[in-house]
Amino acid sequence: MTQNSLGDSAVQMAVHAQNNGVAANITHTQPLWLLAEVTYRCPLHCAFCYNPTDYDKHTQNELSTEQWIQALRDARKMGAIQLGISGGEPLLRDDIEDIVIEAKKLGYYSNLITSGVGLTEKRIQAFKDGGLDHIQLSMHDITEEINNFITNTKTFELKKKVAAMIKNHGYPMVLNVVIHRYNIGHIKEILEMAEALGADYVELANTQYYGWSLVNRSQLMPLKEQIDEAERITNEFRQKVGNKMKIFFVVPDYFGDRPKKCMNGWGEVFMIVTANGDVLPCHSARVLPNMQFPNVREHGLEYAWKESPAFNKYRGTAWMKGPCVTCPEKMNDLAGCRCQAFLLSGDAESADPVCSLSPNHHLIEKAIEDSKNPVLASQPIIFRTDKNSKKYAAGDKERVEEFHALP
Amino acid sequence: MENLEVKPAEQTIQHADIFAIALHHRFQWEEAQQSYVILFPEGMVKLHGGAGEVIKRVDGKASVGNIVAELKAAFPDAANIEADIIGMFDMAYGKAWIRKLN
Repeated sequence: MTQNSLGDSAVQMAVHAQNNGVAANITHTQPLWLLAEVTYRCPLHCAFCYNPTDYDKHTQNELSTEQWIQALRDARKMGAIQLGISGGEPLLRDDIEDIVIEAKKLGYYSNLITSGVGLTEKRIQAFKDGGLDHIQLSMHDITEEINNFITNTKTFELKKKVAAMIKNHGYPMVLNVVIHRYNIGHIKEILEMAEALGADYVELANTQYYGWSLVNRSQLMPLKEQIDEAERITNEFRQKVGNKMKIFFVVPDYFGDRPKKCMNGWGEVFMIVTANGDVLPCHSARVLPNMQFPNVREHGLEYAWKESPAFNKYRGTAWMKGPCVTCPEKMNDLAGCRCQAFLLSGDAESADPVCSLSPNHHLIEKAIEDSKNPVLASQPIIFRTDKNSKKYAAGDKERVEEFHALP
Repeated sequence: MENLEVKPAEQTIQHADIFAIALHHRFQWEEAQQSYVILFPEGMVKLHGGAGEVIKRVDGKASVGNIVAELKAAFPDAANIEADIIGMFDMAYGKAWIRKLN
């Protein structure tokens, strides 16, 4: 270190994490965050799941334990440090213990992202012994009725038991609650429940519309007024609990004027390895047309991150079109989300329709109108089930005909 | 109700205070980034140069005064180093990256 580095700059240069978890203002790209979507199998059937609607195609060819361990090693060498073990429900695999041990050995800060189904005393003890750093539990509502409805399973009592188990093993209590029309009126009660469970972190994640949640958009989207009220209640609660419980309120982009800086930029800090080994810069990138994503069975992760055409395609700003390319705000959001642009408008290079400057912004306005249409809103929810996924994989277009790919 | 805002340094941080890294937080050197980081659920903080030098000495035993003295000795030519160190403690405590033991 230099003497200067203990001068004025020391405090200013501490980079604070953004809402999505990684420091944004790095100057050269490293996959700081590795998300391992180890399986798409899941005992829950959540209506808002972002997994691909045709996930069933990827349930028969999951990577082996050895392939996962190799992926962890390769990503760590490239600078990956935060590891999310997710799915589907990762606990449906019986080798999560081995993956956790390897993650610890490599120096990852590891996180198991789970519905809680399948977490037993024996397994959580093995995770603790293996060095898993934390467990993020999804919760759905304070009412058994809504929990069981939206997940299409009877999991309410189980989730409370699992929350206690996580706490008893000395883990930080990290709760993730996806917010939609059916629970947005219960924000205060949800936060009170989180506090009573001893939560250290609560993420109130307003539904973003990809995968199953896009299919069910008209059924799930709350009103703008409900979101504003939920945010007000959240801010009030934050004041009350202070640092004891950190609450993240992930703003829904449909109601903003400008798009989100999706994934902090394409191929900037985030890398996903999916159940079958595809390597993606974001959760739903496979919907994009004319893209060949690298797969760990053929190439290493270093190739995927640095050289693959897919990861380089939307880096920087050279690929942008108007109005983004000349927009003074383009660095703020990098034109938003490629998947959302494509799914809604059919043009992956166009501005995210969320932006009020986008020529396709009317698509968002229409989606908001549709969500208030009682005829559309009363259509049944299509739950994330193997049966429904098989239908989509076989080419069924029910409720996806307006989108430009299977969401 | 207690004011949870970060208070000015001289009111919050005392030389006798002893801090440790906060529960569920991990501090480590990252070779790929050539910097120290603090890791915690859902996030990480990259600590550049001096900030890392301060936090690396936060071990649940050394007092703020000890750490100030150690860094003054290690970097005798750095001007006004004490205010920067206290400032770093103040921020790290305000952000709950470190916890107070006494």
